[in-house]
Amino acid sequence: MYEFLENIVGNQIIAYFIAAALPLFLFILPYALIAVLAERKVSAHMQDRLGPMRVGFHGILQTIADILKLIQKEDIIPSAADKKLFVTAPYIIFMSSFAVFAAIPFSNFFIGSSIDVGLFYIIAISGFVVAGILMGSWASNNKYSLLGGMRSVAQIISYEIPTAIVVLTMVMLTGSLNLETITNQQTAFFWNWNIFGGAATGITKIVLIPLMLAAFIIIFISMLAEVNRTPFDIAEAESELVSGFHTEYTGMRFAMFFLAEYANMLAVSLIISALFLGGYNSPFGYLGNSLGVAWLIPIEQMFWFTFKGIILVILQMVLRWTLPRLRVDQLMTVCWKYLIPYSIAILLIVGFITVL
Amino acid sequence: MALKTEEMVLNMGPQHPSTHGVLRLELKLEGELVRDVKPHIGYLHRCFEKHCEAMSYPQIVPYTDRMDYLASMSNNFGYAVAVERLLGLEVPERVEYIRVIMAELQRIASHLVALGTYGVDIGAFTPFLYCFRDREKILTIFEETSGARLLYNYIWVGGLAQDIHPDFVRKTKEFVKYFRPQIEDLNNLLSYNKIFIERTANIGILPQETAINYGITGPVLRASGVKWDLRKNDPYSIYNKFDFNIPVGEGKMGTVGDSWDRYYVRILELEESLKIIEQAIDQIPEGDVKAAIPRRIKPPKGTIYSRVENPKGELGYFIVSDGTANPFRVKVRAPSFVNMEVFGELCKGHLVADVITILGSLDIVLGEIDR
Repeated sequence: MYEFLENIVGNQIIAYFIAAALPLFLFILPYALIAVLAERKVSAHMQDRLGPMRVGFHGILQTIADILKLIQKEDIIPSAADKKLFVTAPYIIFMSSFAVFAAIPFSNFFIGSSIDVGLFYIIAISGFVVAGILMGSWASNNKYSLLGGMRSVAQIISYEIPTAIVVLTMVMLTGSLNLETITNQQTAFFWNWNIFGGAATGITKIVLIPLMLAAFIIIFISMLAEVNRTPFDIAEAESELVSGFHTEYTGMRFAMFFLAEYANMLAVSLIISALFLGGYNSPFGYLGNSLGVAWLIPIEQMFWFTFKGIILVILQMVLRWTLPRLRVDQLMTVCWKYLIPYSIAILLIVGFITVL
Repeated sequence: MALKTEEMVLNMGPQHPSTHGVLRLELKLEGELVRDVKPHIGYLHRCFEKHCEAMSYPQIVPYTDRMDYLASMSNNFGYAVAVERLLGLEVPERVEYIRVIMAELQRIASHLVALGTYGVDIGAFTPFLYCFRDREKILTIFEETSGARLLYNYIWVGGLAQDIHPDFVRKTKEFVKYFRPQIEDLNNLLSYNKIFIERTANIGILPQETAINYGITGPVLRASGVKWDLRKNDPYSIYNKFDFNIPVGEGKMGTVGDSWDRYYVRILELEESLKIIEQAIDQIPEGDVKAAIPRRIKPPKGTIYSRVENPKGELGYFIVSDGTANPFRVKVRAPSFVNMEVFGELCKGHLVADVITILGSLDIVLGEIDR
């Protein structure tokens, strides 16, 4: 991707910038618009409703109308708020949740930046969200925001541990931090995906399958908690804390939190599918191969990757509209008493297997 | 080294998504731990009791609608029973049957709101809409007969405002048939959900003794294991003709009298109400529903305390008559008001999220608390 752009643009730095920003503009922003609508439609149909129906055919332009409305809104900064922090917080959250996409390989051609520490970068940059949430909640000078922010920070920091341990397991298994390399190890058919034991063969693979399934469930739960979705949405907890850390935000700043949430949902889904579900690899093989059209393959790969991501996003939505919310102490119990011990056990067993 | 900590006073409401109206709670928090709760009420005060003194007896009926606005029929019913007892008036059989069916439909509607909003309080939004969808069917039945969807002004002293709609019997039967499987659906979606049980079981335990001492009534009392239902214990109207059970809390998921029990007693009561409707709907005798309505209501001098089992508990009317066309005094014993008193005690030592859980499980209506 980057080499391709460098040939066109002729300048290394500009090529880097474009390569990193391209997924964002080409893909993530339109996705966020669609995802907001999808969430409303999914929830509506789960609840015997129709959802938005007025703007465009079956309400497909609803999100755009909402964004236009939000842009027009008065930007209120509470007089008691810490102005600098209050203004900066949404940008930090927006930035960190969108920056994650730079290291995610959409196809073997389309990757923002194929760095060797990709996974490390993703974990680091998504940890940045915590700072934004804490800033926003503290600067709002609102007790509900503060409670929401505190909960959120405690939650995200706790759940980063099982996430990191599972990621570490995968790194041990695959021997790479680069998502592209990890994806390329899972080529050919779906039984080569990491969730089915990866490229290992024989008895090792059979031993790995249950472990990998458990690891997949652990990382899915903890990623769900990291993006503050039900049943882990205690930070927003509408019925208790109104809307948690972004209670005081209005207009476009609120929209940034909102879009960041949806971008986050996709980001974690894509990371999980790159780690476990074969990334951009097709489960069956490529149409481009059988037709002998080489340029079709990257497009197919991109389709498969987003398809897997969207499936996981919809799974998150369905979960949100089905389950009640955990309490803050129960949330910690789930993390510290169940997820972390199990993930450590998996780490140890996989460690033994890779050594043997 | 001990960290210096401070108590935080959090003001919850009167504008808050889950205070179920305009209730203000003053929470003293230590972190997320609730040290003290002080409810402030009165934001919806409309001087109902004082107004009554300036109105004649039939004029008061539409005002009773506005107390527990989720159970207007039952409020009408209670008031009509009270004045009829004061007058010593007998009402036709047909009226009694229709009243009972209406009151039981209203009980289902009111419980549906309680159960649905309880789900929202815990964070599950979908059951709420399922409950409202089913409640909508009841409201449609009411609308056809009384012309209103929320404030019916239907049950009058001595009779009814008008006869039932020709479709009423058919639609009610259809509803009963439709609604039974929906209870099962709600159970699967919410009642037996692991997270829901985690959130509600063993939270806000109300022991039997405390409940009786505070004068708690209705599903909240029954959840604490007290078999007390005015429809059986102090029968009014024609409730002694029907066969139904009084469900009580059993502590199935935790301790007797916890939030889950309070929730589940309401679920069980849905089934009992359906039973009463099924028995009553085929037996409605012929007759004129307006025949017994007195032209002029002038009760003899005296007092009456008359109580009925509302969806939320014991609704009592204390009426003092001085022999004129207007009551001298009307005092209402509102179930939500009395049930609310125990709230502070239940919340102590729980977390902020539990305050919402407990409040939702008491199922209060502010229109009734403030009157």
